[in-house]
Amino acid sequence: MIVLLGVLVVVLGFATKRNPLLVVGVAGIVTGLLGKLSVSQILATFGNGFASSRSVTIFAITLPVIGLLERNGLQAQARKVIARLSRLTTGRYLALYLLLRQLTAAVGLSTIAGPAQTVRPMVGPMAEAAAERRGKVAELPDRVREKVLSFSASADTVGLFFGEDCFLAVGSILLITSLVDASYHVNLEPVQLALWAIPIAACALVIHGARLLWFDRRLDRELAAAAAEAQPAAVTTTSEETAR
Amino acid sequence: MIRAEWFYWLVGLIFVVMAGQMAVDRSNPKRWGSAAFWGLLGLGFGYSSFVVSGHAPAQPLGVAVLVMVCLAGFGFTGRGQQRTTSEEERQRASDRLGGKLFLPALTIPVVAMVCAVLVKKVSIGGQPVLEKGSETILGLGIGAIIALVVGLIVVKERNPGVALHAGRGMLESMGWALFLPQLLSILGAVFTAAGVGDQVGKLVGHVLPHNDTFLAVVVYCVGMALFTVIMGNAFAAFPVMTAAVGWPILIQQMHGNAPCVLAVGMLAGFCGTLCTPMAANFNIVPAALLELKDRYGPIKAQLPTAGGLLVCCVGTISLFAF
Repeated sequence: MIVLLGVLVVVLGFATKRNPLLVVGVAGIVTGLLGKLSVSQILATFGNGFASSRSVTIFAITLPVIGLLERNGLQAQARKVIARLSRLTTGRYLALYLLLRQLTAAVGLSTIAGPAQTVRPMVGPMAEAAAERRGKVAELPDRVREKVLSFSASADTVGLFFGEDCFLAVGSILLITSLVDASYHVNLEPVQLALWAIPIAACALVIHGARLLWFDRRLDRELAAAAAEAQPAAVTTTSEETAR
Repeated sequence: MIRAEWFYWLVGLIFVVMAGQMAVDRSNPKRWGSAAFWGLLGLGFGYSSFVVSGHAPAQPLGVAVLVMVCLAGFGFTGRGQQRTTSEEERQRASDRLGGKLFLPALTIPVVAMVCAVLVKKVSIGGQPVLEKGSETILGLGIGAIIALVVGLIVVKERNPGVALHAGRGMLESMGWALFLPQLLSILGAVFTAAGVGDQVGKLVGHVLPHNDTFLAVVVYCVGMALFTVIMGNAFAAFPVMTAAVGWPILIQQMHGNAPCVLAVGMLAGFCGTLCTPMAANFNIVPAALLELKDRYGPIKAQLPTAGGLLVCCVGTISLFAF
């Protein structure tokens, strides 16, 4: 029972806003010691864990080319392109991206898009530009801009999470089959698991897609509110001019 | 055959080279700490090959991980001044280059797709060209390299060092958050080794009333989501909650359909991932990449969706697994 104190370390460390790396590191050591692992075993668990989890960190390989393109105006160009796609609103554009992200992840192509690969260089700036066009402003108010970018990130993440599990050779599916095999000696086929992910993937598309489409209306309200806040003086002047 | 390990070596090498750049960057007040952190990460990528193949002990790697945790956790890492272009220069460059700028960015997914679908089937002398099971990851790597070459040609840049410096700038702005997901996977391994799942199972067994299927499903799904929120990783929560509720109660005691319970249970965990800053690579890294002031912005955008989907997960298991 005492081994659960390790979980408590994570909760407390996080609740008190300590550095997450430190919290997780300490929780690992504490859990290992309480679970009566030797220091050498704990270090070996840390080492083996590192070696088998490297694939999580490899997206760093795309940083040089993305950095190079950004130096040369990739985001500026993305804004120009969306400026031409005048019929796509922020919500429709993000809903379309959500669908594409789900479909590509469902065929195992989960690494072709992501925050570094697509959201920062393309999806975010494009959604932002569409919102600027809708609000007829040169630059979005900070609060609205943050919301647009947050929803851009959410379209990517929801699309990935609820697409990739429909694929047979994805980590979560393989984790389930290997865990059941190792712990309970039962053989499950990956395809049985992937099939059950499809109804939830459809729910995700409906729920988040609808929220993205509704986001357009919310954007209108927020932009109107921001405009009213920013320019009460301008409005007064205009009405005075009309009066004269 | 192109092996996944080669690719890990390449990624490690890039980290080491960037660490070297950081070490000589006098604009970074914490240049030695930053260089040590990313250098250790890079060296760890290479050393891991020998750990995986069983030719080297894992303990030194464990020590390296703890050193990295201390370097970042006690604030020894920082960032230098970005050597980049001004907004006007970028505007001018985009006027000059136009749509061609998208070419290298789109090269990455296209090459990854070609590798995962077509090159996967190619074998030379009975040996597949790409290591089995790593085709998509290798496709990403090959795609990134080809994209870099295409990018250098498109922007007419002769010096690849410029790209490396630009990439390092992005690495520094993301900081140690880039390493958190890997550390969480490590925590999951420690939890399993220390038997956290068995203990939770005993606890839940005492509390849960027998033969209430719906309640057990709720406990499993909400438990997956909550544990994931705490640990930031559905993979780490899954062995714990499955040992506690999923397998002994839902599948053995109540004869639930195992694939349905487990697959949907994992997705209930993903609902938790959408809500937690502990899932740094999905929630905090994007906020950092997009340079948001509100680091929790993406989480706020995802919360209602996660809630709705958790209800869908409970419904799916309750209706179709029994």
